[in-house]
Amino acid sequence: MTCCVPGEHAVIDVEAGSIETDSAALLALSRRLGDGTRQLEFAVPDAHCAACIRSIETGLAALPMVRSARVNLTRRRVRVVFDPDRGAPAELAPVIRASGYHTYVLDPSQDESGDPVLAELVKALGVAGFAAGNIMLFSVSVWSGADDATRDLFHWISAIIALPAIAYSGRLFFRSAWRAVSVGKTNMDVPISIGVILATLLSLFETLRSGEHAYFDASATLLFFLLAGRTLDHMMRERARSAITNLARLQPRGATRLLDDGRREYVPLDELTPGMLIELKAGERVPVDATVLGAGAVFDYSIITGESAPHAIAQGDVAVAGAANLGALLQLRVEKASTDSFLSRMAGMIDAAENARTRPRRIADRVAAVYAPVVHTVAFTTFAAWGLLGGDWHVALLNAVAVLIITCPCALALAVPIVHVVTAGRLFERGILMKDGAALERAAEADRVAFDKTGTLTLGRPRVVEQHLQIPEAGRVAAALAAASTHPLSRALADSVDMPLRFVGELREVPGLGVEGIDGTTVWRLGSAAWCGVAPEQASPRSEVWLTRNGAVAALYRFDDQLRPDAPATVAALRGLGLPVALLSGDRPAAVAAVAAATGIADAQGGLLPEQKVAAVSVGHTMMIGDGINDAPALRAAHVSMAPTTAADIGRNAADFVFTGTDLGAVPFVITTARRAAAIVRENLVIAIGYNAIAVPLAVLGQVTPLIAAVAMSSSSLIVVLNALRLRLDGRRPRTTAAAASRALSERPA
Amino acid sequence: MTGLLLLIPIAVALGLLALAAFLWALRSGQYDDLEGASQRILDDDDR
Repeated sequence: MTCCVPGEHAVIDVEAGSIETDSAALLALSRRLGDGTRQLEFAVPDAHCAACIRSIETGLAALPMVRSARVNLTRRRVRVVFDPDRGAPAELAPVIRASGYHTYVLDPSQDESGDPVLAELVKALGVAGFAAGNIMLFSVSVWSGADDATRDLFHWISAIIALPAIAYSGRLFFRSAWRAVSVGKTNMDVPISIGVILATLLSLFETLRSGEHAYFDASATLLFFLLAGRTLDHMMRERARSAITNLARLQPRGATRLLDDGRREYVPLDELTPGMLIELKAGERVPVDATVLGAGAVFDYSIITGESAPHAIAQGDVAVAGAANLGALLQLRVEKASTDSFLSRMAGMIDAAENARTRPRRIADRVAAVYAPVVHTVAFTTFAAWGLLGGDWHVALLNAVAVLIITCPCALALAVPIVHVVTAGRLFERGILMKDGAALERAAEADRVAFDKTGTLTLGRPRVVEQHLQIPEAGRVAAALAAASTHPLSRALADSVDMPLRFVGELREVPGLGVEGIDGTTVWRLGSAAWCGVAPEQASPRSEVWLTRNGAVAALYRFDDQLRPDAPATVAALRGLGLPVALLSGDRPAAVAAVAAATGIADAQGGLLPEQKVAAVSVGHTMMIGDGINDAPALRAAHVSMAPTTAADIGRNAADFVFTGTDLGAVPFVITTARRAAAIVRENLVIAIGYNAIAVPLAVLGQVTPLIAAVAMSSSSLIVVLNALRLRLDGRRPRTTAAAASRALSERPA
Repeated sequence: MTGLLLLIPIAVALGLLALAAFLWALRSGQYDDLEGASQRILDDDDR
């Protein structure tokens, strides 16, 4: 059973200067294991089957330095333990790539091994499950009519099991409730804790005096249900978080410094100081704001300003951190330390946006704020009324505690998270990661959608949009030459032909200028106008690549960013949902207007600074979709936000949802799913409250025995869970398999 | 009644045994990669 042939797609994406090829940087990242070995974790986002595990593990194990290699398919990571004395860690990533998988190293400081919260939740769940099951055995015997001495015995055994189990499993709720109460707030854990603690204490009291009713089973079952919901909720968020961490490719966190004596040295990012000389290879991103020392430097600024065309920076001007070098090897002089650089300023703006935004309180907390006082008033009234009118304070106490147990918001506490868990599963199948259930509530409230242009509405990659061939074979030769180069424009040119042929002859690439091919006596040159010796006729806003044959023009290609194919349909779909659509871009107004016209967006603004974008999304309940570094503060400031996986790390981290693939249909899908989920949440709340409306009068009247309490609580919880599962049934499309979803998730930022 | 005195400790002990087994499995990392475990069983090669 192989769903993939190992090595089917040999991956060649060894980027110049990437951290995986730098043994010194890898050693610094690795974790010491004590016995002289080190441990590194690599993300393998494409791994999805038994054959994948096998080929990665056997490939790594064949290296003499590797002690052990273990793939974790849930987190899509491989953990490698190696002996640094027997080999260089830079050999690890190439071995995984040779097995056919994309990989990159993960930063261990960001992600401690294991998940202590999950472990605690699962342990508490196990203990509560054990207690609930065993106590229920005794309770069933009591309900079926065990007599005095036997009943007392069973109550005592129940108490012995229940007390430690409730103390252990319940402490998660008690802690959270105490934190809320000690700052004068209330949350759902407050009524839960009060209900559980009082029910347990009363049962203990009843057991001591050989009473008829004990509610140990109710307390334990309640905790079991609540912990089950909470564990699922946590696993959902953890899965999204882990998938997003896997996407966060570690940028080289440093630069190659040129020393005065001509030697080179690797300097970590935070040790770069103004005045240092650094070297930047083709394809690398500028680490900190720095002055360009060479002529003819060309940068990709699309992720910073949203500008789609390559950005030329003259000698002596400053390139900002995050820009990618499209040209040849460059020397730069550091202008600002990393803490003052562009990226850090954006991170600061994100924090400011976070503080400025008043997050609406989550629906569960709003309900709890009303619910808890009402419940506690009812219980107290029951106690007072039975005591004063009936005169029997013991019966009064029993009935008041019965009210608290019945109203203990088991169904209410499950009503919201279970819907979020089911919805997150549906979104995940579609390749959409949701970071938090609260984002779903906000997405349902969105009343306006704002898109960024480059990389969001467009693909953010150049495509051939014009070609002028002077001689027939020019197209074939241009593609063959382009296939030999890694420059983005060459790649786009090679991609525009189905099967670029190999160029027969002598090839030479001059980084930043072009490619030269010599075929016998014919000299072909593909590249910039200057390289080809052509005088450009007029300045075109589009990037150009020329092809010459022995110095005579043979072909001209023009490139432009291309719209995502489904962008117009998506805009129309959003309008159909009653949402006005806006376009907010940092690119030139002319380019923005063209995209707005093509997609049918009337409200388009170009040339926006990051601050202006923040202001533009801060009105109403705006959903922002963007990918660039300059979008990140706006993504945080917006009511709710989405980013494609191709987004800059900082943008992906700021967004609430991350969607994979080139499919913008994810945006209306998230909104309709969120609205559907909000409707189910409302239904669940009605069910939970309706259950109380029926059961509370019975409890107030003293009619609730432990048996009735157990049945009522379990059934209301089950109804809420089943209602949430309805979400999985509607609009059932042919399922995208887990493998397809994981393929979509493995898509890497360009 | 004597039957109960024998059966109850056995029942509770079995429950505790199951709980201990669960906690042991959790601690030894058997719940860390559920998806991987479900796939590894298909890999029939001895290694």
